[in-house]
Amino acid sequence: MSAAVSFPMKRFLFLLPLALFLVIAGYFAMGLTRDPRVLPSVLINTPVPEFALPSIQGRDRGFASTDLQGGVALVNVFGSWCVACRVEHGFLMQLKQRGEIPIHGIDWREPDREAGPRWLAKYGDPYALIGDDPESRGVIAFGVTGAPETFLVDRQGVIRHKHVGPLTPEVWDRTLKPLIAELRKQ
Amino acid sequence: MIVEAGHFALVLALCVAFVQGVLPIVGAARGNAAWMAVAPQAAIAQWLLVAVAFLALMHAYVTSDFSVLNVVLNSHTDKPLLYKISGVWGNHEGSMLLWVLILSLFGAAVALFGGNLPAAFRARVLSVHAWLAIGFYLFILLTSNPFERMLPPAENGQDLNPLLQDPGLAFHPPMLYLGYVGFSMAFSFAVAALIEGRVDASWARWVRPWTLLAWCCLTAGIALGSWWAYYELGWGGWWYWDPVENASFMPWLAGTALLHSATMVEKRDTLKGWTVFLAIVAFSLSLLGTFLVRSGVLTSVHAFATDPARGVFILLLLVFVIGGSLALFAWRGPTLRNTGLFQPISREGAMLLNNLAMMTGAAAVLLGTLYPLFLDAVGGAKVSVGPPFFNATFVPLMIPMIAAMAVGPLLAWKRGDLAAAMKRLWVAAAAAAMVALFIWQMQGDGAIFGALGIGLATWLLVGVLVEWGERIRLFRAPAGEAIGRLVRTPRASLGMTFAHAGLAIAIAGIAASTAWKVESIQTMKPGDTVDVAGYAYTFQGARRADGPNYTAVRGTFTVRKDDRPFATLEPEKRIYAVRSQPTTEAAIRTTFLGDLYAVIGDPEGTEGAFVTRIYFNPLVAWIWAGAMLMAAGGLLSLSDRRYRVGLAAGRRRDAPADASPTRA
Repeated sequence: MSAAVSFPMKRFLFLLPLALFLVIAGYFAMGLTRDPRVLPSVLINTPVPEFALPSIQGRDRGFASTDLQGGVALVNVFGSWCVACRVEHGFLMQLKQRGEIPIHGIDWREPDREAGPRWLAKYGDPYALIGDDPESRGVIAFGVTGAPETFLVDRQGVIRHKHVGPLTPEVWDRTLKPLIAELRKQ
Repeated sequence: MIVEAGHFALVLALCVAFVQGVLPIVGAARGNAAWMAVAPQAAIAQWLLVAVAFLALMHAYVTSDFSVLNVVLNSHTDKPLLYKISGVWGNHEGSMLLWVLILSLFGAAVALFGGNLPAAFRARVLSVHAWLAIGFYLFILLTSNPFERMLPPAENGQDLNPLLQDPGLAFHPPMLYLGYVGFSMAFSFAVAALIEGRVDASWARWVRPWTLLAWCCLTAGIALGSWWAYYELGWGGWWYWDPVENASFMPWLAGTALLHSATMVEKRDTLKGWTVFLAIVAFSLSLLGTFLVRSGVLTSVHAFATDPARGVFILLLLVFVIGGSLALFAWRGPTLRNTGLFQPISREGAMLLNNLAMMTGAAAVLLGTLYPLFLDAVGGAKVSVGPPFFNATFVPLMIPMIAAMAVGPLLAWKRGDLAAAMKRLWVAAAAAAMVALFIWQMQGDGAIFGALGIGLATWLLVGVLVEWGERIRLFRAPAGEAIGRLVRTPRASLGMTFAHAGLAIAIAGIAASTAWKVESIQTMKPGDTVDVAGYAYTFQGARRADGPNYTAVRGTFTVRKDDRPFATLEPEKRIYAVRSQPTTEAAIRTTFLGDLYAVIGDPEGTEGAFVTRIYFNPLVAWIWAGAMLMAAGGLLSLSDRRYRVGLAAGRRRDAPADASPTRA
């Protein structure tokens, strides 16, 4: 005790670094809640702009904005060149097998006409409708920044949620599934 | 199988680290020699296990095993072997594995070469070190596993970021990490000393070599990184005050301060609390550097990972390591007693000035780096702090310190004679004034800061030489005696001479390349000639020059000086196929007085014209030459025999200091 009393100033000086560090750590904690990758998408809660994409080889119809009327659906942007798409592909196949929700695909920027169908033949095809998008028309309509990206569209064709990066079971359980249930109730 | 073996080895290393983190420190508290003896063996075992894990990942890269996600994301079969190997640490997960490899290497080094440490102290040091390792093993295994499989395997990989496919960057991260992680040893020594409650001359003597080793590697690592930025980013600059650069610079400043203050603890038994604090801060800033780069809190060109889950883990790790050690410091620090008293004008005073300048500089850099984050956290705008802030805060802090650097070594311990020191420095003052005036006259107006910078560098260099001449009694004693003194000079003080001279040379390079850089951007058709800083560059056209995994356009410039052929420069612009990302390969011809630097840009029109950028960077190579001299000085000092011989071990008091009264 006597030591602490005879050196109050010294005690304080030695405590100062800890106090400063805790302030910095507090700011870090606040900074972490702000994900630099969450780009506020201006398209959330707005109707999907009009687009009409041709079909890919081996399918008889493409994918257009009018297909999004009348039911809640996912729109997934993929490409055979995109390795991260490979990562989420298995989970998309599961969603299809469980019959959770129709998934439409936008096949983006394939190097040639065969690449997309070949890729789907190899790893499985989870998509209800697919639009071929070599010139990024559909992708621009959705404001996509990279592949893979997944959008949740409600039955009026309004974009409700955007997920950047591979779709994982956690994202599904935590965000998409509750949101879909809610949209279906409306 | 090999990949799973690597993963398993890392899990085993974690288990060994737990044992090393608990048994030896408990053994030291209870005086159980057998438990304490676990520490060195566990440290060596950890190193071997992490080495197995690291080699397993390297094997996956070299054999292009595309069933491993990390390899898929960062490698490609067409990539040259060197970059398959450097790809191991060219990504987040692999670089963390390199981090723990070096961490365990330092632990093993203390186990192998720390024989002069008292057994209880070594046990505590290695236990503290093991807790650092535990944090990082958990981080890798839980959030950043490099051994994750991807099934079915990919056909080929996504290639490494082309900017990183460069020999300079292949060796830059290991060097930098040796520095960053090397400060972990100073940290563990500081925390162990706080636990024991004593810091004395022998403690400083044990800490200094580890700090010096880390400092040398960090100096070389930063120099390599800035050299890479200089020739690879293609803008003719060598330092951008980028968060990642700042992240490596802050621990360097703290480490430099620590080197000097540890000398004071060793020789004068003073500033103990401050020195322990610096040891904690140097490593904390290294950790913060890791955090800034990897959490996505701040993103920049270099950041390989942006993942909030990792960020949360690293934040917890930071609070545990930095918060924990600072709390221990707040609790035990006030009991450290300093016995050495000194006047402001003394060698201690000069070193204290160095310490204050270094730490204020580090604080300024920290503030500039974190300010955008603070502003964002309180809901302000997203801003970035640019070079003007750092130049306006950091440079003025360094000028008085550099001016005092020539004087400090000439002052005596305890109480120095400033007038006598200045009298001996008249040569330096005269030389500095003459050089500055001469350059100012030569270059005309507008370059007064450059002239002053060169003057300052001259003052420091001549001051260092004067001190060295005094030490060996050059010109005052017969030549034989001077040579004898030169041979007997302790390597530590010779190392100081080297390091200080290296800084003087680097300052000259910084001042000249900032003040007199010449830049010329233009469109050139084949046959066009442009004159830059007295050199005539003729563009000879460009042609395709493809490499194994990229396509490239290579331009040819012939350079003439005084109408005589001088050099041929061939810059390239490469497009790496897999990521379709362009990089510039500047063509550089280094001369004593400056670098000729040419970059080729995009084609313009149909007549084979290109946008070209041509620079003349005066004395820029001096920066890296100076940095290498500093690192060499550090190594020379490291080889001083007083660190190799366990002279100090016997002198250590046996009674723990916390048992003695703390009242002064």
